[in-house]
Amino acid sequence: MARRNAGSNQPLAAGTPAPDFTLASGPDRAVTLHELRGRPVILALYPADWSPVCGDQMTLYNEVLPEFERHGAQLLGLSVDGVWSHAAFAAHRKLRFPLLSDFEPKGQVARRYGAYRATDGFTERALFVIDGNGVIRWSYVSPIAVNPGADGILRALEALTGDRRPA
Amino acid sequence: MTKRQATARLALAVGDRDHVQGPAGAPVTLVEYGDYECPHCGRAYPIVKQVQKVLGRRLRFVFRNFPLRESHPHAQHAAEAAEAAGGQGKFWEMHDRLFERQFALEGENLIEYAGDLGLDVARFRKDLVEGRYAPRVREDFRSGVMSGVNGTPTFFINGARHDDGWDVEPLVAALERESARP
Repeated sequence: MARRNAGSNQPLAAGTPAPDFTLASGPDRAVTLHELRGRPVILALYPADWSPVCGDQMTLYNEVLPEFERHGAQLLGLSVDGVWSHAAFAAHRKLRFPLLSDFEPKGQVARRYGAYRATDGFTERALFVIDGNGVIRWSYVSPIAVNPGADGILRALEALTGDRRPA
Repeated sequence: MTKRQATARLALAVGDRDHVQGPAGAPVTLVEYGDYECPHCGRAYPIVKQVQKVLGRRLRFVFRNFPLRESHPHAQHAAEAAEAAGGQGKFWEMHDRLFERQFALEGENLIEYAGDLGLDVARFRKDLVEGRYAPRVREDFRSGVMSGVNGTPTFFINGARHDDGWDVEPLVAALERESARP
């Protein structure tokens, strides 16, 4: 689907304040980043809803959610899909975290994070771990066709929270 | 820091806790993270068998649980059933049965398979009801997450995630390459 295989975008790096945004997370709901201050936020940008089931990144993160929650982290998915696609996708996959629509102006938030593929019209497969003060602490862009898994996120959270996991 | 990560690596080394087929000293170890209810894992099951036949004694195969519980309502229970059978020395027999009967993974089916395999059914049932092997399955799952498992099945060859195809040919080619290393 993509012309380029690996993303050539440079995502916002660790140490950068995370650009604030308000995006729709449903037909009548929205998420504002700075309202989540005080806890880590995982911002997971992905190209599109409805990629194949068993290798799907959002489906995997849904399974790993308890591990993220052990670090007190809030997971946010983000793509350029509209709220109705997100709603159907989330219902179909039983997703238990918000999917944000970077829909209008298209890809605006992804652009600000250095993770929009203008020639393709969708976002990179990019991950950002943001600390409780709203500063990016880890970022990563995966080759567009490779689901990056969750290990990088969990390592970043462990570094952030000093491995708060109970024994 | 911002980085492009190298190929994901197995975070938990193969050890005594694992279910293993093939010699401990084999030059190549293939680890599969799988889910008994996942159709792709069902398709991978005979492929792995064939790969084992081709590599013979040069291959050690390890299976770890990665149940996608939200997508596959029977996956967790089935994983615990395989482990419970393992507790009675019949992990691989149950593993095979579960993949061969992937369409029938209800509690009553699991009990029936335990009977077929000559297990102590009362003990097997008690283990499942009490969730005796749930922590073990969770431990597998967590080790998979930390290793970069990104769907099911995910394979690791001598510790490195195998991101190419897992039909017989690409899998055998990758294993042969690794096996030929000095």
